[in-house]
This record gives sequence, C-alpha cells and structure tokens, in this order.
Amino acid sequence: MDLTTDYMGLSLKNPLVASASPLNTDIGNIRRLEDAGAAAIVLPSLFEEQIEAEIAHHERLTAFVAESSPEALSYFPEPAAYQFGPHQYLDLIRRASEAVDIPIIASLNGTTNQGWVSYAGEMAEAGARGLELNIYFIPADIALSGRDVEARYVDIVQAVCAASSIPVAVKLSPYFSSMGHMAQALEEAGAGALVLFNRFYQPDVDLTELKVLTDLKLSTPDEIRLPLLWLAILSGRLKASLAATTGVASADEVVKYILAGADVVMSTSALLKRGAGHMATLTEGLEDWLLARGFPSVDDARGLLSQRRIDNPEAFERANYIKILQGYEAAAS
Amino acid sequence: MESVTTMDGNTAVAHVAYRVNEVCAIYPITPSSTMAELADQWIAEGVQNIWGNVPVVQEMQSEGGAAGAVHGSLQSGALTTTFTASQGLMLMLPNMFKIAGELTPTAFHVAARSVATSALSIFGEHSDVMAARQTGFAMLASGGVQEAHDLALVAQAATLKARVPFAHFFDGFRTSHELNTFSLLTDDQIRAMIDDDLVREHRARALSPEHPFVRGTAHNPDTFFQTREAVNPYYAATPGIVLEAMERFASIAGRHYRLFEYEGAPDAERVLVLMGSGAETARETVKALAAKGEKVGAVQVRLYRPFSAEHLLAELPESVVSIAVLDRTKEPGAPGEPLYLDVVAALADAVARGERPFMPRVVGGRYGLSSKDFTPAMAKAVFDGLKRQDGGNAIALRHSFTVGIDDDLSGTSLDIDEAFSIEPDSVTRAVFYGLGADGTVGANKNSVKILAEDAGRFAQGYFVYDSHKSGAQTVSHLRFGPDPIKAPYLIGQSGFVACHQFTFLERQDVLRLAAPGGVFLLNCPHGPDDVWDHLPRSVQQTIIDKKLRFYVIDASSVARGVGLGSRTNTILQTCFFAISGVLPREAAIEHIKQSIRKTYGSKGEAVVKKNFAAVDGTLERLFEVTVPDTVTATEDLPPVVPDDAPDFVKQVTAPMLAGRGDEIPVSLVPADGTFPSGTAAYEKRNIADEVPVWREDLCIQCGQCSFVCPHSVIRSRYYHEDALDGAPETFKSAPVNARGYPEARFSLQFYVEDCTGCALCVEACPAFSPREPGIKAINMADKAPLVADEQANVAFFETLPVNDRARVDFANVRGVQFLEPLFEFSGACAGCGETPYVKLLSQLFGDRAQIANATGCSSIYGGNLPVTPWTKDGEGRGPAWSNSLFEDNAEFGLGFRLAADKHLELARELLIRLAPEVGEDLAREALDAPQIHESEIRAQRIRVAELKTKLLALDNEDARHLLSVIDHLVRRSVWIVGGDGWAYDIGYGGLDHVLASGRDVNILVLDTEVYSNTGGQSSKATPLGAVAKFAASGKRVQRKDLALQAIAYGNVYVAQVAMGANPQQTLDAFREAEAYAGPSLILAYSHCIAHGINMRFGMKQQDLAVASGYWPLMRYNPAMRAIGENPFRLDSPRPTASLKDYAYNELRYASLAATRPEEAAELLAAAQKSVSDKYLQYEDLAALDGSHFRQDATGAGKV
Repeated sequence: MDLTTDYMGLSLKNPLVASASPLNTDIGNIRRLEDAGAAAIVLPSLFEEQIEAEIAHHERLTAFVAESSPEALSYFPEPAAYQFGPHQYLDLIRRASEAVDIPIIASLNGTTNQGWVSYAGEMAEAGARGLELNIYFIPADIALSGRDVEARYVDIVQAVCAASSIPVAVKLSPYFSSMGHMAQALEEAGAGALVLFNRFYQPDVDLTELKVLTDLKLSTPDEIRLPLLWLAILSGRLKASLAATTGVASADEVVKYILAGADVVMSTSALLKRGAGHMATLTEGLEDWLLARGFPSVDDARGLLSQRRIDNPEAFERANYIKILQGYEAAAS
Repeated sequence: MESVTTMDGNTAVAHVAYRVNEVCAIYPITPSSTMAELADQWIAEGVQNIWGNVPVVQEMQSEGGAAGAVHGSLQSGALTTTFTASQGLMLMLPNMFKIAGELTPTAFHVAARSVATSALSIFGEHSDVMAARQTGFAMLASGGVQEAHDLALVAQAATLKARVPFAHFFDGFRTSHELNTFSLLTDDQIRAMIDDDLVREHRARALSPEHPFVRGTAHNPDTFFQTREAVNPYYAATPGIVLEAMERFASIAGRHYRLFEYEGAPDAERVLVLMGSGAETARETVKALAAKGEKVGAVQVRLYRPFSAEHLLAELPESVVSIAVLDRTKEPGAPGEPLYLDVVAALADAVARGERPFMPRVVGGRYGLSSKDFTPAMAKAVFDGLKRQDGGNAIALRHSFTVGIDDDLSGTSLDIDEAFSIEPDSVTRAVFYGLGADGTVGANKNSVKILAEDAGRFAQGYFVYDSHKSGAQTVSHLRFGPDPIKAPYLIGQSGFVACHQFTFLERQDVLRLAAPGGVFLLNCPHGPDDVWDHLPRSVQQTIIDKKLRFYVIDASSVARGVGLGSRTNTILQTCFFAISGVLPREAAIEHIKQSIRKTYGSKGEAVVKKNFAAVDGTLERLFEVTVPDTVTATEDLPPVVPDDAPDFVKQVTAPMLAGRGDEIPVSLVPADGTFPSGTAAYEKRNIADEVPVWREDLCIQCGQCSFVCPHSVIRSRYYHEDALDGAPETFKSAPVNARGYPEARFSLQFYVEDCTGCALCVEACPAFSPREPGIKAINMADKAPLVADEQANVAFFETLPVNDRARVDFANVRGVQFLEPLFEFSGACAGCGETPYVKLLSQLFGDRAQIANATGCSSIYGGNLPVTPWTKDGEGRGPAWSNSLFEDNAEFGLGFRLAADKHLELARELLIRLAPEVGEDLAREALDAPQIHESEIRAQRIRVAELKTKLLALDNEDARHLLSVIDHLVRRSVWIVGGDGWAYDIGYGGLDHVLASGRDVNILVLDTEVYSNTGGQSSKATPLGAVAKFAASGKRVQRKDLALQAIAYGNVYVAQVAMGANPQQTLDAFREAEAYAGPSLILAYSHCIAHGINMRFGMKQQDLAVASGYWPLMRYNPAMRAIGENPFRLDSPRPTASLKDYAYNELRYASLAATRPEEAAELLAAAQKSVSDKYLQYEDLAALDGSHFRQDATGAGKV
C-alpha cells in the first residue's frame, strides 16, 4: 500500500499529520506520535502576543517588586538562563527535529506582519521543515471591510513567506465572502498549503456570575462538513496542498477528507482525548479502508469525491441545500 | 588589562572572594546577603575560581551553622569563606575563636551593621565587628568599593601566609550597596596574589586519616594559658605580612595601600583617626581644608587587628597636638570606644618610652551609627573642635562627643555648619524621589552604568529606601564626574531633583536638596500650563526662591501611549538625560537607546521598539514650565499628623514621616526601646490608585472581605438605626440581614487612605449583582474622587459604638468582622498573605495577647519605625508585642509564659491569703473562673476590676504585691509568631524545645516557604521543584513536614491552615489552639510576592494549594485523644486539581519550566508524587482510631 503523500513539497510517508496541540510540547509524545505513524508533526503555535505577554508578566512579578526594600532588592534568583520570546520555542523545534525523522512543522499564530515575522527564518534554522501560519483574526472593528481583512491576510502571508526559506502553510477560517478566491490569493501570496479550517474558540456565557466564558471545547466529527465542503471545491483547482483539520476522531473522517481532496489530514482533539497512540488507529484504519476497497495508493482515492470529479458537482452548491431542506422536511413529516 | 566597571561593594568583594575559595557556607543576612547570592548565581553559571574549578555554596540553617560548616571545611583543607553581618557575626563568634585558635587561614567578608539593642537596625556601623575583636581574627577595614574589592584579595593573600584568619569588613549599605566606578582586577592579577605553596600547606594541615592527629582537645589549668600565648609570633608577624601583601598588590595592580594611611598636611596639628567609609570622607575633607592652609590630617585605619602601634605612630606627624578618634560604634559604660582606647594606648606607650616628645590631646567621639550620614561638614566640625583655644592647649572638643545628631540630653553633640561643602563643580549631582515599584531605582542604576561604562564617566549611585514593603519611597543619590568619586555620604545640594510621584510634594520638602539655579523635574498628570496651580504653596515658593528651572512630564501617559503600560522607567530616565546636561542631549539619547537594546534585546524587537518609542515620545512631551514671579497657591502642605494626635506622635513620629527624623533630638526618643502602640493610624499613606467601594444593596454581610483584608482597612459595625442621625450623606448602611435585629443597621467602612488597593476583598466577595455583569458587592474604583467623602465617613463610622465582644458570636467568620482589629495599616506588601492571620489573632485574642515576634517580615511590618500597627482597643487594651532576635523567638515567647505562669501562681497565692479581706466569694470566683469563652473572660475582667478597687483600699504589702500581678488572673494569651525561616531553620531547635516544654504557648508560623524579608532565599519549608535563591535550579528536597514532627509529641495541638481555602477552618484552628492549655502550633499558608504571583489572586492560590492536595488542611487536637477519639482530623477533601494547576500559576515553579523544561517536568512529577503520598499518609492518619496516637501524659489536653 503506497500511502506516500506530497504536502507542500514535503514528502510524507502517509497523509496523517498531528496537528498543533499541547501534546506536542513533550518530546516523549512527539516520539510516540512518530511511532504511531504520524507523517509529520505540527508544533503548538508560537503566539505573537505570547512573547510580549510573557515579558510583561515576568516584569510585573519580578521587576515591579524589586528595588523597593533595603533588605530585598529582588525576590528571585537571577534568571541567567531565562530567555524570553522564541528562544524556548526554537529550542523545542531543535529538540523535536533531533528526536524524530519525520518533518517537524513549526506554527506561528498572529494577526499582524510586525516583528515576529523574523521568527520564521529562525524556525527554519532551528530545523523546522515547514511552517504553519495560523491567522487567528476576528475583525471586531466593525469599520473594517471584508476587503481590508483579506488584504491583511495576504500581507501577512507575503511577509512571512518572504522571510521563510521553508514552505508555509496557512491555516485560516472559513469566514470569507469568497473562500475560493481567498484561497487563490493566498496561494499567489506564497502559501504552499492551506489548512482548512481554523476553529475560532467561540465564547459562552456564565449565567450565575454574568460573565463571558472562554473555555475550550474539543472538536467533534459532526464538524467535518464545512471543511469537507471547501476541500471538495478547492481540490484540483490550486497548486497549493490542502490539509484537512477539525473533527477527525476516527479513520472514517480521514477517509472522507481524503476522498474530498485533502492532501493531508490533521488530528488534534482525538489525540488529546485518547493519547498519541491513537494516531496508529487512524493510519491503520485508512490503510484498511484503502485495502478493502482495492485502492493501491492513497493518491488513487484522493479527490475522488471532489467537486471536479464527481458526477453531480451541484452536490456542493446551492442546489444541494434545497435538496437537504426538502429531505429534512420529508424525514420530519 | 584591568577593566573599569561599576558595581556595588558587595559585588566587588564577592567577585574576589569567589575566585579565591573552594567552599562557601552562608546564611542570608542584610546587608551581606548579596555576596552569597552572587556566589550561588555564579556557580549556576559555571563561573570558575582561579584554579579553574567551580566553588560550592552551602546555605545553612543559621550563621552559627554556617560558621560550623566553614570551620569543618577549613579543617578539611578547603579554602573556605563566608559572608555575614551583625547578629550573623555574633552567632559565628564561638567558631571564630576556634578557627583563630587553631591558626586557620580564611577571610570572612563582613558588611558591617548595627547589632540590635533596644531596636534592630539593618544599617551600617561597626558594633558587630567590634564585638568580634577578641576572637583572634585579624581585622581589615575597607573605606569604599574599590578598596573593598582590593583588600578582599589582600586579606586572602595575607591569611594564607599569616595563618591568622581575617575578617575583612566594609560599611553596610554605604559601601556594600553603593554603586561606584572602579578598576576590576583580572583573574590573572588575582592569581598572581595567591601563593599556591601556601594553599598546599593549608591542605597539608588538614585532618586526614592518612596522617592522623587530633585537634580540638580540652585542656586543664596547667596548659591552656600557654596555648593562648603560643600564638603570639603569628600575630606579631601579621602586620608585616599584610603590608607585604599590600606592596605586592601595588606592584600587580598599581594601587597602593598601607596599614594606616595618613592624608594631610605634613605639619598637621589636628588629626582625625577613623576607619571604614568615614575615613574616605575625612580624607577628602582634609584635602579641601589643607588646600586652604589648615594644618589638618586624617589617619585611615585599615588593619585594625592585630593593632600595630608602630605603624600607626609612623604615620602620625610629630607636629600633632590634638587628635579626635572617631568610632562608628557605641560601648556604653566604657572609658571610650575601642579605636579610641587603642590609639590612646599606642600614644601613651610611645610617649612613656620616649619615642614621641609629648602626648597629644586625644578625644574620642562617635559618628555614623546605623548608617547615619557622615559628611564633610561633620568632619570639619570635629576639626574645628580640635583647635586650640586662646593660644593655650585647651580644645573645645570634649571626650565622648557625638557628631551627626542633636544630643540635647547629655550635650555630647557638635554643631555643624550645614553650608560647608567640598563637592567639586565638575561633579553632576542628581536626586530622584520614586516609589518602590515604579522602576526609579532600576532606571538610575542603569543610568549609572550608561554613564560609567558607555560614556566613560566616573559614577556613584546610592539608594535610600524606607521601611514599608508596599508603597515604599526610594531616594536615589547619583553623582557623575570626570574623576573617581569618593563621597560616601548623601547629596546635600543637587543640581537636579526629580520627583516621580506627585503625592510626595504634599508630604515632605522634596526641594530641600535642590541647589539654587538647579533643575526640578516633576512627573505628574498636569501639563506645563496648569501644573503650577496644583503645587503646594511652599513648593511654589522654593521654586521661585531657588530660581529653579522647572520641567514637567506625564510619564504614565507616554508609557500607556507606546504600550509600556505603567512602566515609566525609560521615560523618566530619558528626561534626566535630556535636561540634566550630564551629557550632550543627542549623545545621551543615543546611549539610552544602546542601553535599551542591551537590556531588552533578548526580549524581542517589539519590546525594543516600544522603549525607543518611549524615548522619542518623552522628548515630545517633556515641557519646561514658565515659572511665575509670585506664589499663587493658597494651600500648603497639609499637617503630617492631625492636631489631636498625641504629643509623642507630633514630636517624634511626625518628623520621621516627613523625612526629618535626623533632626529629632536625643531627649525625645525613648531610651529603652519602648514605643506607644497604634501609631500607624496617624500615617495616611494614600498609596492606592484604586480602592474598594461597597454596594450595600448587594452585600450579604458575610464578613469574607474584612477577614482577608491584609491591612485591616475594612471595618464592620452593626448598630441601632438611630445612630445614623447626623451621618454624612455618602455614609452607607444596610439593614442587618440576620433575624432578630429589626432596627439594626450594618455598615462596612473602607479606610481608603490606608488601603493598598490589593483587591483581595473583591476577589473574596461572593456576592454578585444579578443584573450587572461583573459587579459584586465590592468593586474597585478610582480613589481620588472618593477621598474627601470617605474621610468624613470614617470619622462618622468611628463615632458608632464598638460592638460588644461578649455579644458577638465569633465562632464563625461572619461574626469576626465585628471584632476590632488590633493590628492595622501595616506597611506589609499590598495583598500580603501573612497579615490576615496576624490581624485575626489580634481580633480574637488581642486584648489579652502577649506576642513574641521573630525577626523577619512580620517584625518589620509589625515593628519598624516610623509607625507601628499594633494598637489598642477602646478600653486601652491590646497586644503587647516585642521582638528579641531571629533565632530565639520560641524561647523568648516561652519566657513570657514562664513569667506569666509564675505571676499567676503568685497572684493566686496572694489572693487566697487576702480572701478574708477582699471577700471569700469574690476571691473564690476569681480563682475558679472558667476563661475559655469571651463572656467568661469579660466576667473575670469585672472580678479583677472589683478586686483592684478593694486592694487599693487595703494598706498592706500583700495587697500592693497582688496589685502588681493581679492582671494575670485574666488568662494571658502568649503567642509566638514568625516566618518559616525562623520556625523551620534558624529557630527550629528552640521551637522544638518549646513544643516539648508542654507549656501553654501558641505558635503561629506564617509560612511563605521562603525567606521573604531578605529576598526569597530557600528555607527548609521551600517546596520540592520551586526556585528560590540558593535553589536556583529548583529545590531538590521535599519541604519539612513540621506538622507531623510536632504531632509526634502527642501533646501538641497542631493545625495546618490556609485562609483562602477555608476561612472557617482557620478560625476554628486559632480558637482551638488558643483554648488548648498546652503548646499549640499553627502552620499558616501565606502567599507572598516571593512566589511570583499576582497578589490579587493570593487567596485563590491558597485555595488551589489545598485543592491540589499540596497543602492539606488538618488539625491535631490532643484534647480529642483524651476522650478516646482520633485527634487527627483531615479538614480538606481529596485533591481535585493537579499540583501543576496550582504550581504553574507561580513564577517560582514556572520559571524553572521556562529555563530548564525537562528538569522542571521531572521535579514536578516528583513533587506530584510527594503530594499524593503525603495526602494518603494524612488520610490514613485520619482514618485510625484514637488508640493509635500517643497518649498525652502532661494532662494539658484533658477536657
């Protein structure tokens, strides 16, 4: 069975990628993921704000209390080795790259094209084989037009790609007026891959204390439909690779994404819930399915149900919506 | 090549000491702690000594322990040192006798500091080293930073040759903490000074089973005396050896030192003799006076022991007719202080032997105790006093004079010409008033570095801090010039004065130090056009009179504008460089930017850019104010304390508060250390920008807020609604929400001027508004608009009747809020985790409590002048508080108990004897009265009052005796309070002994798990995996389980509490402990800034400590054992959170994860296992039946 996959120029042994998650800060887990069959690992994101927040927090706790008592000019040992910003992250890339043979993909999360762009270069130097740029931007400023938002994405991608010697994947949200056009623009800006989609962590409300809750909910398989839609539409229409993420709990979702046209499939929630070993269940499940159906390689199955290749391309368009609605009413009656 | 650098004295000394030693055993004590901390830091960085290996540092449990370890290491052949001061040196004395007696080479480095007498002082003088002069250690005194650096090496070189151990000392703070520019010795130079043959000889003398001998024998009268004399040749040779080392040093480093060094006219008639930093001042003064033709000189004493009269006399010109010997110490009752006596003896002997033609008039004087400034004007006053009067030999100066104070009691002090100055015009002087946390000191230290290291100037920085831990004022004194700066005294006249906090202008004369024509920079929210109108009248007048150039900046708004938050240090530093003229403006800005890049480069480009933007923004927003010709303000500085304050507060406390404590004459200060209670109430510090505001409509009157308030600024009272007559309009009240009080109102009053704005109360408040998001029954709000109303409200609140203790149910937290706190408005950190417990103690038992307080944070916020927070109730009763030492607190408190028990026994005997006269029934009732509940205490107080009345009417000795001890018939509550450094380490032996005594004492350990007061050094309470000084790579050993150790006695009441997790359990534990008739131990989890947390969430962090199982709540009550029950009660449920959830909120754990992630993960796993195991162990104990626990044999637990 040939599972080899090309992902933005990286040659992967199969299409299963461990997506950015806290699991991947631990070298032991990273090794376990490789053993369980992961073809590449995306490290957790280095957040643009994280660096500044870390410095400010550290200053608040150390510098602000220092130099104010004659007996205690400080309260902590001199942090000789305390390094802020990307240093720890670069160290993680370095250690992860040394620990495993599969590609390590670094991840940057930001909303501007400011100073942190320079980190892209440093990440490549540290051993990252690819870079995932997670643009998590909520245009809360209602004066901002859709065009402005799109321009911002393109600017960031251009800036990072210019600074990076390694391929850049862009992880983005589905909330564009024309997703396909946006995908094309990002490809033109230099993106080697698109990761569909970023899940915005949407708020909830605490009814007792009347406050907004910002807790995290892991994704579930019923969330795969939106990425599935756009993978199917984009498959075969871009040079950039396509990665599916969100809702991959079992091999079923992996297969569905591949059939829709995903080059690689990423999983986070299931690995967080079930541990790094679950990656083996996903890869074996994919292989079993392909074997059972007689596909000699994953490439043969990829995009089989993409919009371009299916007999009823309208299944992914408005006509499908009407059909669903009608079907729902019929089922309900 | 030597490099020119800028360091403080501690760093300069440690730099050398580290390089010439292999072992360092230490214990933290101000002002020497930095030396040991640096050694620890360098070890972590792998810095090598001159033999290419990394020394080892061992923190000990006390200085006594450190000295023992030093002694042992020396006896085993390692080159060993220690750093200490004050009481620390006192604890080392026994070992110093031993080390010297055994002729063991070592150099101790001492940042000389006052030894506590009627008061503790952390500041500089020579009373500690003088107390060590009999030990047999040689004593070498340094006068400044360069000298301390150099002589640290001379001491080491000389001790190896002489075999006599050395105490190398320099003035605490004045030298230890002064930044100064000096030449740093290279490792090669240091290497060249140390003779390896001597090192090997030292090793060869070590104990070794390969060539065994015994050392440390006990002698009989037949030989001991002779052994003491056998060392004489070594001491005789030592001065020569030191001189030879100094000469060798000169050939290596080019700096010349002598044992005694004379400065001045070759034909001087008047000479000062002194040592330490004062000598530097005296020598500089001599230069100035001699240049004017005055026949004066000064002798700086460097080698004080062995005292070489020969070398001293060689330095003293024969022309000298009058000498003043200045000692920086006080020896009460002596014919003179030590150095004076030594000089007199040397001269008398020389004259008697005919080596000198005549005996000069020699007088001794005292100066500079506890870092009292010693200025050229004071040196000149002494010289003036040495002048011969009316052509005869008489001089004005009387022996045993003092200089630097106003001694109106004994008339010892000299008048000073304050205008006298020797400061050259080439030196730029600048003074900055800042707030502890505003970055002023840090910025100034940075400016010193910029000017010294980048701009090639010589620089000096000295920083004065007040004693508050929150909202402390800092005053930075900076000098810059083209030549080395030898001015170890505060700036008297400054060309640049910056006031970084507007409120300082309203409290003290900030412009007192401004030189005429100088620059005044004010940081405030007002612009150049309206700032003038906001200045107090006297400030306006001074600006006009002194013709000051006045600049204004709104640094906070610049900081916010560029995204620096509240960090204004770069901005204010830029102002200084832009307008002081210390460097050309453009060059100065360039230097600042270079420095920013150096400081923040590692933190990312964005941070650098923000600081650059701050520099540029500063220049745009820095304005010169056009100073009007006339004063326009009608308001002047408000009185420091109110007019109705007691005389003592007006005469003594108020000048201290206004920064004029130096002017208080001797007659006004208590001679025996006795100060009135309750003076903190007179210091309205107003340090919070935001304060809590009460929403009476939402409040459930639970008392949680006042329970957790660290500064006792939240007070509750309930009262009849009629009492509201005449209340200010803004005074708030609500109906009492308990049943049975139909006409009663409840008020919660915030003392906003005393509040530190920590917001612990807001976090503790459980009452949310049902309709307004984020609104609770307490919310923080800007203080400024509230102050005037709240002043009136507080005044009204205090007219409301105090709730009767006997009628308040303080078995629950809600009831406690109605008890008066007798500990209020301390200077503890905002959000302090210790003080809520201390306050609770004062509320529950304060009116009959006697408190022994170990040295540490609690003794500083509890007893450091100018004001003290321990106060008294409306009946004049309150905690009687005292601090003895750090190490002896348990024993000190036990002494309280012994005396109380003895006097109770005496009172009972006398009462029995006098029963027929005072009434048998009354006597019997008073003797048999139960005194557990407050109502019972109240009843007993009434009986005692009645007895007193009757006794006063009796005219006999027994009655008078009984009156002197009768107060003990009211059960006295003895409390022993201190931190973990005391309880787990230095005072542990005593604490253990007191627990074993079976006596009725209550021990409260405020457990911050680290030495908080001295800056976060590791103690045996420091947890596994946490970072602390001396555990920079994470503590590797579990914290000591003091609770289980105490439980092992069987008759000790033990509780482990965390107020933030379970306030009711805390309350129960305090009450049970106090009621228990034997020893009680309460271990109170106290969050602390040394944990690296946002203090606002301190109580929540306590909750997490318990929820994670890290800090299980438990009580062990021997009274339960006495009735056959299990005395061990586990009060907290099984862990519901992981240790990580708790620990990684704290920098002490998280920083290790940032610096050494893999080690941190390993330690965390080990710590988690230890926590889990410990919880299971406690759970097992809680599940046993009572028979498994040791029976209390003392009877204390009988119920």
